[in-house]
Amino acid sequence: MSASVLFDAPGPKARIRNRIYAVVGSLAILALLAVSLMRLADKGHLAPEMWDIFNYAGIRQNIADALLATLKAFALAAVGSLVLGVLLAVARLSDHKPVRWFATAFIEVFRSIPLLITIFAVWVAFLTDYSMWALALGLSVYNGCVQAEVLRAGVNAVPRGQREAAYALGMTKTQVMTSVLLPQAVRSMLPTIISQLVVTLKDTSLGFVILYPELLYSARLIASNTLVNGQYPYVSVIVVFGAIYIALCLALSALATWIEKRGRRSKTGTPVSDSEARAVVLAADAGGAGGIAGALGAPADGPDITKN
Amino acid sequence: MNVLLDHFAEFRNGFIGTVEITAVSSVIALLLGIVVAGFRVSPVPPLRAFGTAWVTLLRNTPLTLLFLVFVFVVPEILFPGMSPFVLASLALGFYTSSFVCEAVRSGIGTVPLGQAEAARSLGLTFSQTLRLIVLPQATRTVLPPLSSIFIALTKNSAIAGAFSVTELFGWQTLMSEQGYAIIPIFLWVAAAYLVITFAISGLFRLLERNLEVAR
Repeated sequence: MSASVLFDAPGPKARIRNRIYAVVGSLAILALLAVSLMRLADKGHLAPEMWDIFNYAGIRQNIADALLATLKAFALAAVGSLVLGVLLAVARLSDHKPVRWFATAFIEVFRSIPLLITIFAVWVAFLTDYSMWALALGLSVYNGCVQAEVLRAGVNAVPRGQREAAYALGMTKTQVMTSVLLPQAVRSMLPTIISQLVVTLKDTSLGFVILYPELLYSARLIASNTLVNGQYPYVSVIVVFGAIYIALCLALSALATWIEKRGRRSKTGTPVSDSEARAVVLAADAGGAGGIAGALGAPADGPDITKN
Repeated sequence: MNVLLDHFAEFRNGFIGTVEITAVSSVIALLLGIVVAGFRVSPVPPLRAFGTAWVTLLRNTPLTLLFLVFVFVVPEILFPGMSPFVLASLALGFYTSSFVCEAVRSGIGTVPLGQAEAARSLGLTFSQTLRLIVLPQATRTVLPPLSSIFIALTKNSAIAGAFSVTELFGWQTLMSEQGYAIIPIFLWVAAAYLVITFAISGLFRLLERNLEVAR
């Protein structure tokens, strides 16, 4: 239902009323912003000195290093989670019961434990001196489980005839999976996979708990170590780092949207129906630092994906 | 085994803390999410723009950064000395409200067109159409995504523990600092979270069954 179905084309009276609402609404929002800015200015957070700190070469270097550290952890986690996701998805679809059970249990357990708890446990238990690897491993385990569910939903959404035709041609189970089912699943689920990668990128900020010097950690470090006018520049630092994060995430999301549009245009793939894909994306997005993807994107012909 | 028996009081406090922050921020997220979803489909352009900006901004910010904003910036704007619990619930509630908003909005999309058209032709206003006709019918389709959103919220509440709120992650760090082995701690905390998330999904399954209609 498009929004316009909910209301009539405005007549003269409604147009005036809407205009009044528009003015009042914008004024309320502007007032809220103005009050916030004034309060911040009163406390001296908008003074030029507070923002001047970003002109120092040292702080710029810090930000560049932190950005690099974030991207490094993200790259490792992205590769790790995709590899683990494929392995777990294949294992969960396996014909061997023990393998299937193991994969199911692994996915269900790690998907329902907060990521922070897993990262901290991995760090303390195995990798105390290697916080980057601890962060990447924790992220890979959690997001690998989510990606596995996404891929499984994708594999189940491939029309049954594809699998049957492949077996009829005499392909082995491995060949059917790797050359027929998985490519089509990846193709139809690519937008969801990328939006889960956006979640992974956001979750790298949990690295600050295990003292990994990524963006958020160095934001806190910079803010708590620079004294300007007798105050700590939390406001300016948070604004700058927030802008960096939002830019990174929007870039990745834009990639997802672009691929989604491109996929819809093509005739060869097996595009998942619109509402279905959106439902999965929504669930995956809800992830934040720990969501359940694919919980409701279960295609009609596939087995139900357990919501836990 | 020992770590739970030795520090059961702290564990209980942590568990209650997690449940509390989950409950409070769920309520905030639900109310805000529905209001913002209403904004996003309203006939008033500035409100629509506000809703879109709200969702885009909050969905693309890491929750941890939002916590920083609420812990360090919001007290400066409102009044200093707000309790970490209140700030953390607000941060979590605001963050989750953007997901609730999107779930509600796509739920509105699933209500058959004829319903809103009929409501309009009866002369109902926009807010009446939304309140009396569309949202009640959208509830059924919104419930399953809401369930996974609230489970995600429960898990996200662990981050509050890093900002000095008493909850289960706080217990984990405390015990690990006191030198207990991490694996049993991890297992107990994991079990506690499983209990909460199962309770939430059970609750939602119950709700879904109650709202089910024979078609």
